[in-house]
Amino acid sequence: MTIASTTQLICFAVLATTVVAGALGVVLLPNVVYAAFLLAGVFLSVAGLYLMLNASFVAAAQVLVYVGAVNVLILFAIMLVNKREDLAAIPGLALRRLVSGLVCGGLFVLLIRVAFTTPWGSGPEPVGEEATIRIGEHLFSDYLLPFELASVLLLMAMIGAIVLARRDVFSQDIATGEGVDQGLIEKARTPLLLDRSPR
Amino acid sequence: MVSTSAPGSAPGLDAAAGLDLQASFETLLQGAGLSAGTAHLLWLPLPMLLVLVAAVIGVLVNVWLERKISAAVQQRIGPEYAGALGVLQPLADGLKLLFKEDIIPARADGLLFTLGPVLVLIPVILSWLVVPFGQNLLISNVGVGIFLWISLSSIQPIGLLMSGYASNNKYSLLGGLRAAAQSISYEIPLALAVLAVVMMSNSLSTVDIVNQQSGAGILSWNIWRQPVGFVIFWICALAECERLPFDLPEAEEELVAGYQTEYAGMKFALFYLGSYINLVLSALLVSVLYLGGWGFPIPVEWLAGWLGQPIDAPAVQVITASVGVVMTVLKAYLLVFLAILLRWTTPRVRIDQLLDLGWKFLLPIALVNLLVTAGLKLAFPAFFGG
Repeated sequence: MTIASTTQLICFAVLATTVVAGALGVVLLPNVVYAAFLLAGVFLSVAGLYLMLNASFVAAAQVLVYVGAVNVLILFAIMLVNKREDLAAIPGLALRRLVSGLVCGGLFVLLIRVAFTTPWGSGPEPVGEEATIRIGEHLFSDYLLPFELASVLLLMAMIGAIVLARRDVFSQDIATGEGVDQGLIEKARTPLLLDRSPR
Repeated sequence: MVSTSAPGSAPGLDAAAGLDLQASFETLLQGAGLSAGTAHLLWLPLPMLLVLVAAVIGVLVNVWLERKISAAVQQRIGPEYAGALGVLQPLADGLKLLFKEDIIPARADGLLFTLGPVLVLIPVILSWLVVPFGQNLLISNVGVGIFLWISLSSIQPIGLLMSGYASNNKYSLLGGLRAAAQSISYEIPLALAVLAVVMMSNSLSTVDIVNQQSGAGILSWNIWRQPVGFVIFWICALAECERLPFDLPEAEEELVAGYQTEYAGMKFALFYLGSYINLVLSALLVSVLYLGGWGFPIPVEWLAGWLGQPIDAPAVQVITASVGVVMTVLKAYLLVFLAILLRWTTPRVRIDQLLDLGWKFLLPIALVNLLVTAGLKLAFPAFFGG
């Protein structure tokens, strides 16, 4: 066995273990902050697996998009609302866990079955460094429609976020007809301190 | 630092034509009775170690410069007793941090508290993988090159959030959140500025980006073709390094020290090291992207031609390679000097000003810059990359 193949085997074992253990941790840990950090670990390990498949551009994009943007935003949201309080007890928790465990187990068995019955050919040759160019060509030719649809979807999500965040622009105070914004709160109608000066 | 087997044939310093340090090292070891595999295995860590040592020495120089320049700006003398002109002061600082007690606050989350600084430092060091000091003088000429740096630098906010959260301190958490917000906001104009350069050089590889600027010496550097991109990139790099005027995550008047508040000893030193390595790295990448990388203001090929020397001769190769390393480091440290001067002369921006600058000014400008670059590339392919 050569050095290269041994290294590859060790890397694969480490990455695969991290992905599986990390994913289980994301689902099973009660602490949501730990789960979010483990999710970052899982995304990084998946990027490592892409790297082992000679898809360096996809790996870098995975790190940039999932770790750098998605996961940071998840963490951001968690930390902005994190209140360190116990969740209210859910009725029938044991039954719910049992059912979801059964569903996941069934899905797992199905995937194992598919993995063992599919005739895995050797697939196309990895193109290595050429991949970036090939991805670009595909995005602008036969995958143009999905690409544009995805961008329209993202645009819609962005506009939706702006509408939700800037309610002040779109809503008015019922009594006065002014926009509901910080200024309205600051302009307190009733004085907070009574005026005791002689008139 | 000297890696070889770079793909593609480049004029001048091609590995096949002249010196090949890797091959000569391995033949030397094989001559001593080792197998080819072992020789290769012994070679592999050498470039990485060399770059790591270079990065740490770069930080020491940086700390010394920071102390001396800040002293000069404030009309002080600065460190002067530790070695000549205080050059050993950074070492003394490092030793002090090494011997300090390693404190983990009582109600802090020990695991995340320890992991945070490590996660901040590792991506920064990994990014040195793609910094070229010469045609073949880099650890790995990976195809995704500069994109690798952008994606690696996006891991950093996770470490900052982690340490901010784990410290169990309001200031730390606010600092961590600010760091993440700042880093996300400035990554986008940064990536767009890089994209404009990449569009001109038709490649993400740092070596190709430098080679594309090496046609006519100083006149062909990207800074003349991408002046707006250069300014955007520099502002964003400063913001990513959390240097003043953008050091809001650790603004001492507001947040004590931000996410570093609870840290002491070696864990604090990791943050310190990370931020300075990141500054040197950013300066190196600015010089690679916009200032011609290892290129001398007059191309060395012309100089060798005028002196009647063959460019492939080993002696000439050693000289040109040294000139390349010196030029890269010189350009980078000129930019570091600028960053330090900016730190000690400009006031800090407010957080709303920072986010406004990022989203409402730099992002549109970067998009327009990209559009104009694309248009110019189509109109004048000879000057803006075909």
